[in-house]
Amino acid sequence: MLAFLIQRILQAIFVMFVVALISFSLFHYVGDPVLNMLGQEATEADRAELRGRLGLDQPVVVQFYRFIVNAAQFEFGISYRSARPVTDLIMERLPATLELAIISAIFAVVMGIGLGIYTALRRRSWLSRFIMTASLVGVSLPTFLIGVLLIYLFAVELGWLPAFGRGQTVRIGDWWTTGLLTTSGLRSLILPAITLGLFQLTLIMRLVRAEMLEVLSTDYIKFARARGLSDRVVNLRHALKNTLIPVITIIGLQLGTIIAFAIITETVFQWPGVGALFITAVRFVDVPVMAAYLMMIALVFVVINLVVDLLYYAVDPRLRAQGGGK
Amino acid sequence: MSQDIQRSDTPPVAPKPPGKLRTFLDSDIVYSWKRQPVVIVATLVTLIMFAAALFAPWIAPQNPFDPRQLELIDAFTPPLTTSDFTGNFYLLGSDSQGRDVFSAILYGSRISLLVGFAAVIFALALGTALGLMAGFRGGWRDALIMRIADVQLTFPSILMALLIFGVIRGFLPRSMHAEVAIIVLIIAIGLSDWVQYARAVRGATMVEKSKEYVQAARVIGLPARKLLFQHILPNVMRPVLVIGTIGLALAIIAEATLSFLGVGMPATQPSLGTLIRVGQDYMFSGEWWILLFPGVALLMLALSVNLLGDWLRDILNPKLR
Amino acid sequence: MTSSTQSSGEQSVQPTSHKLGGSTLQEEPVLSVRHMRVEFPTRHGTLVALDDVSFDIAPGEVLGVVGESGAGKSMTGNAVIQLLEPPGRIADGEVYLSGKRIDDLPEEDFVPLRGRHIGMIFQDPLTSLNPLFSIGDQLIETIRTHLPMNEKQAREEALRLLREVGIPAAEERLNSYPHQFSGGMRQRVVIALALAARPEFIIADEPTTALDVSVQAQILALLKRLCADHGTAVMLVTHDMGVIAETADRVAVMYAGRLIEIGPVEEVIRSPQHPYTKGLMASIPGIEKTLDRLYQIEGSMPRLAAIPPGCAFNPRCPHAQERCRSERPDLMPAGAGQAACWLHDPVDPLPRLDQNDEQEYAHVR
Repeated sequence: MLAFLIQRILQAIFVMFVVALISFSLFHYVGDPVLNMLGQEATEADRAELRGRLGLDQPVVVQFYRFIVNAAQFEFGISYRSARPVTDLIMERLPATLELAIISAIFAVVMGIGLGIYTALRRRSWLSRFIMTASLVGVSLPTFLIGVLLIYLFAVELGWLPAFGRGQTVRIGDWWTTGLLTTSGLRSLILPAITLGLFQLTLIMRLVRAEMLEVLSTDYIKFARARGLSDRVVNLRHALKNTLIPVITIIGLQLGTIIAFAIITETVFQWPGVGALFITAVRFVDVPVMAAYLMMIALVFVVINLVVDLLYYAVDPRLRAQGGGK
Repeated sequence: MSQDIQRSDTPPVAPKPPGKLRTFLDSDIVYSWKRQPVVIVATLVTLIMFAAALFAPWIAPQNPFDPRQLELIDAFTPPLTTSDFTGNFYLLGSDSQGRDVFSAILYGSRISLLVGFAAVIFALALGTALGLMAGFRGGWRDALIMRIADVQLTFPSILMALLIFGVIRGFLPRSMHAEVAIIVLIIAIGLSDWVQYARAVRGATMVEKSKEYVQAARVIGLPARKLLFQHILPNVMRPVLVIGTIGLALAIIAEATLSFLGVGMPATQPSLGTLIRVGQDYMFSGEWWILLFPGVALLMLALSVNLLGDWLRDILNPKLR
Repeated sequence: MTSSTQSSGEQSVQPTSHKLGGSTLQEEPVLSVRHMRVEFPTRHGTLVALDDVSFDIAPGEVLGVVGESGAGKSMTGNAVIQLLEPPGRIADGEVYLSGKRIDDLPEEDFVPLRGRHIGMIFQDPLTSLNPLFSIGDQLIETIRTHLPMNEKQAREEALRLLREVGIPAAEERLNSYPHQFSGGMRQRVVIALALAARPEFIIADEPTTALDVSVQAQILALLKRLCADHGTAVMLVTHDMGVIAETADRVAVMYAGRLIEIGPVEEVIRSPQHPYTKGLMASIPGIEKTLDRLYQIEGSMPRLAAIPPGCAFNPRCPHAQERCRSERPDLMPAGAGQAACWLHDPVDPLPRLDQNDEQEYAHVR
């Protein structure tokens, strides 16, 4: 157990290191920070002074070291574009993204698992076939297109839901803002959450269905039937457990990607989150923001991967046995 | 003797084996295709759109990106109307610059497909080459390539594409951005996708490597390069082709997404994604056709290519029979 | 054991008043299969996997069902317990359990029969057990499904079952998972599970094929002992004649989906009546004789899609004649049992060709 944990943590650190390297390289080689910050007309003396202040005259390794140290303290410098500290920019937009991501994830998981089980158990029903065909659509269409078409239908044509923005938000504590406590906030969440979660939903649904179908054709399910266990018990106690265990890990990994896909949804709905921030940064080559976002995303992914690995370990008795066991 | 003459004069001959076309038409693949109306429709739509995109310069009423062919006064003409000013017929309407939406879609599809195919070929070539090397040589090359692959796989490809795009752009002076957009896009999407090809090829190569014909070739003294390309490569291509068909759909979607986000094809050389982005601005002011038709076009394209790829993958997968 | 309940309109069922397999059955057979036909509709036409198969099994008897891969032996077991893989289906015939007809029952009425009256054991004990549940869980669950016990009582019963199948340290083993057992131990657990509700009849589908040879004998002995103790009838499906010889009372030989010989095991082995069975016996090497070449039946069993008309064995039979190629023989009395071969036609038996065929060299066990 311990060996497993250590190995995974080392892997995580390795990935973070590589990402840090890439982020730092961005900083160092792409564009000129001094030029970006001071503009063309700055004097040589000004530039030299800024250079010294930023530590750009130090050897590369030292700069990298300082970069890592700063990053660990969530210190990423100043945005080229808005001249504000990057950390501030990210923090004020993080709640928007997190709320959207979590609601989408719940939507995708609950509906995905539910529909997956249904379409596996009732293969032949017309509803199942319809859902499967619809799911193909969900997987084939780009997220932004779904978002745009949803806006067109529900906001422009029908006028039921807002087309962009977050609605009214309420501030909680001194950092978090939430849209869950106002009607306009909730209404604004609906279309973006569906858009963001739809792709994950279809993925999860097809995964659960495929896994369950495979489980249902195994010998141990056949033996369970041969022993006289009822359909309900066989399907919902045995088959379900065997299905969800391998599926949980993949679901976990998928949910991590929601944070990244939020970039697209936030752009479509003009949602004030970190994804939209990142896109603007790419458009204007605002390197500090890009670097910071990368580090943050990498951290999120790495942590999720780790948690999912541990979860799998805790839940599958066979893996536990490899550590202790017989 | 005379009885022989009265016999039928065609000498007995074994029936000819069915020709290749007949065999193909009787095969499981075509059988399955004929029985699924959805796939039939998808194939037709795909072929039509491919053809339309290919022959765009000849089909389109105008080249919407040649400013000389535009009539600004025709801006915002609704679909299926003839302009009162110039007498031009706009099948799907015109946009803010007087560009014919139908033509824009045709030319836009062209770019979408061009980038899609090129990106897939790039990713396929790169992934296959790296996969062959990793699988065949093993050792540190294998470890290195797989490590890079693992790190890259932790992140969704859209992020990778964005990152690569941003980096390449960072190195280029701003003035060049629009011109080389298409190449940068191809490279970015291709680089973000090579991993799955590499993995498949590596796995298949390792399997092939342990087979007798490889050992026999080595004993004969066949040079490694010949062995790799003439013998091993054909055997590992099958799973690669399956990935490629899905990959094409994904590449088209990736390009559309990047263009929509504003980091892909610019408005001067728009793909379907760019058109949709531009169209979104006019959604509320009533010129719905600028958004809807490119949207529907992309929808049909993505859907049919995906359905076709899905069906192909099911057919070519021996396990699912 | 005689059936006395009949629903109105149902035909009175008294199967087996005639000799079947060479022994006159005094009591009602526990399983009676009549003219069973199993079909698989496919793209290329309908495949007949079982064709007019009939046999009985007496209470407490072990019937071995032997044949090559694809001959239909597993299919017969699956059909009886109604666990055929779709699109397979029973197209014709009847199945009677202790006199009551069961093949036409809807699924919800059939479920109570499984485990309680008909049990089944599969080939691979590793894949037969759910890897995510402890064997205690699986045992208790099965017990409580069929017998009215509470958790505690069921646990006691589970322990008793484990001890009965010879698992040492049963108390601790109750909480173990399948992967923590060896192959032989797992199959013992599988047997315990199948017999948990004391069914009158179990189907054992290749129960020892996946086990080490050294363990096979133990498991067979266990199976035989338990079934003798509880009076459970067994349909033992296998391709291994050695297993049949050790364990079965009677043996049924299957070929291309048809039952071609059935009789007491000693007799069938010692003097097989059907040319195919003769060929099978002849190809088993014995200890006494030294042979240069093992005997092999020429040709191979036909694919289900290409079964020849008449007797399915006729292309390979050294005695094949005109009648064999056009008329399909039913089971008819032959030797101590029955064989589906025109050589044994009670009215007009065909002459034996090829008097010196190698089949006559079949050794005596």
